[in-house]
Amino acid sequence: MSEPGGGPVLEVAGLRKVFGDLTAVEDVSFALPPGRSLAIVGESGSGKTTIARMIVGLERATAGTITACGRDRSRPARSAADRRRRGREVQIVFQDPYTSLDPRQSARDAIDEVLRLHHGWPAQRRRARVAELTDLVGLDERQARALPRALSGGQRQRVAIARALAAQPRVLILDESVAALDVSIQAQVLNLLADIRDSTGVSYVLISHDLAVVRQLTDDVIVLRRGRVVERGPTGEVLDQPRHEYTRRLRASVPRPGWKPGRGGLLAAGEDGDQDGR
Amino acid sequence: MSAPSPSGAAAPGAAAAAGAGTPLLEVEDLTVWLRVEGAERPVLRGVSLQVSPGEAVGLVGESGSGKSMTARAIDRLLPAGARLAGRVSFGGADVTALSGAALRAYRNQVAMIFQDPRAHVNPVRRIGDFMTEALRANHGVPGPEAARRAADMLGQVGIEDGARRLRQYPHELSGGMLQRVMIAAALLTGPRLLLADEPTTALDVTTQAEVMAILDDLRRDLGLAMIFITHDLELAAAICDRTVVMYAGQVVEVRESALLHADPLHPYTAALAAARPDISRTADRLRAIPGRPVSAFEAPQSECAFAPRCPHAAGVCRAALPGLTGLDGGLSRCARAGELRGRLGEAAGE
Repeated sequence: MSEPGGGPVLEVAGLRKVFGDLTAVEDVSFALPPGRSLAIVGESGSGKTTIARMIVGLERATAGTITACGRDRSRPARSAADRRRRGREVQIVFQDPYTSLDPRQSARDAIDEVLRLHHGWPAQRRRARVAELTDLVGLDERQARALPRALSGGQRQRVAIARALAAQPRVLILDESVAALDVSIQAQVLNLLADIRDSTGVSYVLISHDLAVVRQLTDDVIVLRRGRVVERGPTGEVLDQPRHEYTRRLRASVPRPGWKPGRGGLLAAGEDGDQDGR
Repeated sequence: MSAPSPSGAAAPGAAAAAGAGTPLLEVEDLTVWLRVEGAERPVLRGVSLQVSPGEAVGLVGESGSGKSMTARAIDRLLPAGARLAGRVSFGGADVTALSGAALRAYRNQVAMIFQDPRAHVNPVRRIGDFMTEALRANHGVPGPEAARRAADMLGQVGIEDGARRLRQYPHELSGGMLQRVMIAAALLTGPRLLLADEPTTALDVTTQAEVMAILDDLRRDLGLAMIFITHDLELAAAICDRTVVMYAGQVVEVRESALLHADPLHPYTAALAAARPDISRTADRLRAIPGRPVSAFEAPQSECAFAPRCPHAAGVCRAALPGLTGLDGGLSRCARAGELRGRLGEAAGE
């Protein structure tokens, strides 16, 4: 709401995270302008989820700064009010909607709780907003009243998205949020996310290993390998003309009609795929 | 079984699939009910499919389609209380009633590879014990000889230093390495059919490419048949000769993989391919399929299960449950398949 002069809604500089002997994240920097979407792409161990967890305050950075809406959040929140304010800046939706929702709470109650916590509105206003949000994510009246166990995976993920949006965040982190969904449902949720961005101006940070999903939803991409950024740029350019050998290997590993899998990371003719295909 | 269509100039490769000689595996009108909270629910509804020796068949579907249950029925791994009707024959012999030694002998011919290798190995036993168990117990191969064969087979799946790996425990290996161990273990007893249930879904994309390459090479070298179960239409089409698409416990399409994207025979197959985002372009909007996939027990018995989500549904689709009929060398369970021919492919949906 108050970042000066339309600067980035989220900025990460020189981010580093060390777990014991392991450097999980090393010198990662990026800036996310309002309304734009950034993908963080990488495989297991690349550090992508660690970055997400540091941004939302679930891990503390070893070094570097994280700034959201012009305010530093590299250090733990000092007070409950500070923590709530951070919640209105950045929210996260996890991969698995089966474990990220309270099993005893209906969609409506989960959303209402966030509204009460963050906005302190009277009941009537909250009720209206709950109806708006459930409508926005395409949950019907019965689904909004249901407990998570009565909902399908796609419906639960809609609940998680609605709950995250209830805080009216400027940035929504989608940590593999569509990875576990059936293809036909994944397309619905991706369309929904695009609509929400158009109507609210929220920015997305999409953490994903799925390059097709990344292409569909994001403007810019950074490619991580073992905690370091190996390539960055506009998503279309990076995927169409990957410059780094590792990005090329990722791209070549995606099945498509006529695709033949190769050992050691098969590549198109002439590319040096074996370098780290161990 | 399929009546070849008069127009069907079978493409190369389809000939073997279309039933030259005896199929290795034949599933006929397989229906399976599971007991859920005291009531019997169907999970498969009249599934028929054939696999020829050496052929790779993809089995594709979303949650609840019955693809994994089909594999479990074939390998006789259905949960307790399951009831089965229909026939599964392997090399011409019915296997649905096998037990004891005969069942063990059958399972040596049909090896299964699962999605999550860690859930299928004993974490406190060494890789070598796990890999050689079947050889020692069922084939009477002495321990040192079994270990030598296991180390050899590890070499074939691209794991060097096999003798050392055999002494390691599962937690010492990465997911991709462990899945290669599972493949090697599955191949040790000399099976004729591999049942691979989402074997690469839990792996990183670059590891998936490596594991698929190994599986593909070995399968061809050894002349093994394979049923490859996946939710990924593109992956199935890339590595399988034929693809079987399932929906709500039924087979809805059987198609030569090379034709699946350009010329599908069932609207569900076309819709599934169109819904997937494309890595080479950003779509204005994805062509999502409305609603959600239904399971066999939720599906109506007397009309097309996909009709409520299908852009081509008409009165005829709700009048009766369509049968699986032959078209252009493939099979389609769509009442309008003939009429829609050529309008369902990649370019046609624009």
